[in-house]
Amino acid sequence: MSSETTPTSGPVKSTGLHLGDAEPGCRKVDPILVADGVTRTFGGLKAVDVAHVEIPRGAITALIGPNGAGKTTFFNLLTGFDKPDSGTWQFDGRSLAHVPAYRVARMGLIRTFQLTKSLGLLSVLDNMKLGAKDQTGENLFRSLLPFLWRKQEQEIEAKAVELLTRFKLDAKQHDYAASLSGGQRKLLEMARALMSDPTLVMLDEPMAGVNPALTQSLLDHILDLKTQGMTVLFVEHDMHMVRHIADWVVVMAEGRIVAEGDPHSVMQDQAVIDAYLGAHHDTDLGAAHTSNVEAVKELIDDEQ
Amino acid sequence: MIDWGSIFSNAAVELISPTTAAYALAALGLAVHFGYTGLLNFGQAGFMAIGAYGYAISVLTFGFPVWGAVLVGIGASIVFALILGIPTLRLRADYLAIVTIAAAEIVRLLFTTNTFVAVTGSANGLSEYKGGFRALNPLSFEGKAGFGPWMFSANDWWNIIVGWSVVILAVLFTWLLMRSPWGRVIKGIREDEDAVRALGKNVYSYKMQSLIIGGVFGTLAGMIFIMPRAVIPSAYATSLTFFIWAILLLGGAATILGPVLGSIVFWVLLSFFSGFIARAVEAGWFPISEVQAGQLRFILVGVAIMLLVIFRPQGLLGNKKEMSFVK
Repeated sequence: MSSETTPTSGPVKSTGLHLGDAEPGCRKVDPILVADGVTRTFGGLKAVDVAHVEIPRGAITALIGPNGAGKTTFFNLLTGFDKPDSGTWQFDGRSLAHVPAYRVARMGLIRTFQLTKSLGLLSVLDNMKLGAKDQTGENLFRSLLPFLWRKQEQEIEAKAVELLTRFKLDAKQHDYAASLSGGQRKLLEMARALMSDPTLVMLDEPMAGVNPALTQSLLDHILDLKTQGMTVLFVEHDMHMVRHIADWVVVMAEGRIVAEGDPHSVMQDQAVIDAYLGAHHDTDLGAAHTSNVEAVKELIDDEQ
Repeated sequence: MIDWGSIFSNAAVELISPTTAAYALAALGLAVHFGYTGLLNFGQAGFMAIGAYGYAISVLTFGFPVWGAVLVGIGASIVFALILGIPTLRLRADYLAIVTIAAAEIVRLLFTTNTFVAVTGSANGLSEYKGGFRALNPLSFEGKAGFGPWMFSANDWWNIIVGWSVVILAVLFTWLLMRSPWGRVIKGIREDEDAVRALGKNVYSYKMQSLIIGGVFGTLAGMIFIMPRAVIPSAYATSLTFFIWAILLLGGAATILGPVLGSIVFWVLLSFFSGFIARAVEAGWFPISEVQAGQLRFILVGVAIMLLVIFRPQGLLGNKKEMSFVK
C-alpha cells in the first residue's frame, strides 16, 4: 500500500518496545512503570491480580478488557487512590507502594477519571491553574502576601491560556466549568493534567460519552502527548481507537493480564477472544452435551 | 396604641450590637468551612463555647491577662479542630457533620456537669471575668453617649468597637485568603476533592487548615459573645449552631460579606418581630398570651428564611449564576 492510495495516513507507531516474545508480563526495552504481584480483593472477589507488567516509556499503551476486568481498580492502585493487599510497583525507578495519591501526582504521574471531574463552580481558567505544580501561594501563610506569588501566578496563567488555546477552550476560559459540555469537560480534564508537565499521563476511558465529532480531536491530542515525549496509558473500550493510536496493548480479564502485544496481533490472540466472547463461544452447548438436554427435560417435567 | 418608635429603635440597636458581631464572625467561620471548603460543620456552637469558657476560665481560675486568655481560647479551639478533623477528614463529608454535632454537645455537657463546678460554674455559668477587658477601655465617660437610638455606656461602646474590629479583620483575612491560590485549592476541594488530589494537592492538610481557621473564627466569636453578658452553658445548645447556619444561608454561603449582612438582617428582623409581637399582644391585636408571643418571633423568622431559600436560594449576596449549576 503506497501513501498515495491512503490519503489519511495513520499515526506513526512506536515499535520494538519489548524484549523476547510478546506474552503477558514480557519485559520492555525501557519501562517507565513496573508492577509486581499487585493484588486487590473486595471481599471474596479478587479484582486485581497482576503478577508482572511493564509499561514502555514514550509510547501509547492501551489497557483493554471486558467490563469488570479490573482495569479501573488497577488504575486506582497505581495512582494511590486505592490501597492494594500486596505488591510493589515503581515509577521511573522510584517505589510507589504506600505513597499517597497527591505525592504520586507530584512525581509526574497524572491521571484523569472515567467520570470527568471538572470543578464545576470554578472558572475554566481556575481549573487549569489548579493543575500547576509548586505554586507558592498555595501555602496558607504565603497566600496572604500576594507579592510572593503574583509573578508566578502570571506565568501559570500564560501557560494555562496557551494550553486552552491548543484545546480550543480559550473562548470559554471565564465561564464556569459546569457550563461546558461533556466532551469539553474531557478536553478540560486532559488540558488540566498537562499543566504540571507530567511524564506519564493515565487516561481512564477518555472517549466515554464523547460525541464522534470530538473524538478525532481528542485522539489528536493524545497522539500529541506522545510527540511531546510523554508516556500515555489509557483504558478504553473503543477498539477502533485502540487500533488507531495505541503502540502497545495490555489485555486484562478477571483481574489478570491475559495478553500483551501490538494492537493488530493482540486482537488475534485466542486469550483475548476468549476474554471478550467467552471460551466456549463457538461450541454448540446444546448438541455437545446430551446431559444438558436431559437436565432441561427433567426441569420441564418437574414444572408440569 | 403601638409605640413604633421604640420598636424601630430597639431593632436599630441590633444593627451594631456586639452580639450581631459575634454571630457574624461565627457565620464567617462557617462560610470558610461550608461555603468555600464544603465541610459540613454542625458544631460551631462547640467552638463558640470553647472560646467563651477558654477565656472565662483562664481569667477566673488561672488569673491570666486578656491576651493570655485569648490565646488559651484559640489554642483550645485548634486542639478541638484537630480532634474533630484527624479521624473524619479522610472520610466523606457527612461523617464530619455527625462528629461535630456530637462533639459540640459533649463540650456543652462537660461545661454543664456538676463534676467541674468549681471551674465551670456548672449550669449557673461564669461571670466577673470582664475586669481585665474593661480596664483596656480608652473611653471613659459617665452615663450614656452616642446619637439617635445608639446611646450606650462606655463599656458597651468598647464591646462594640472591639467586636466589630475583630469582624473587620477576619473579613479582610478571609478576603485575602480566598483570592489567593490557597483559596483556589480550597474551592476546588469543595467541588471534587479526588480531582484536586489527582493534581498533587494534599487535600487532607488543606481541609484541616480550613477547619482550624473557621473554628478559630467561631472561638473569637464566642469571646465577643460573652462580653455583654455572662457565660451560660445552655446558650451553646445546637439551636445556636442552626441560627448561625441560618445566617450563613441568609447572607450567601460562599461570600465574604454575606455572613456579616446575614447576621445584621437576622438580628434586626428578630428584634423587630419580637418588639412588634409583644406590643401587638399588649394592644390585643393577637388572641395569644405573652409567653406564646415570645415564641412567635422565631416562627416568623423561620417563615422569612423559608421564603428566602425558595425565592433567593443563593442568599442575599450570593451569585445567582452559581445556583443554575447546582443539582
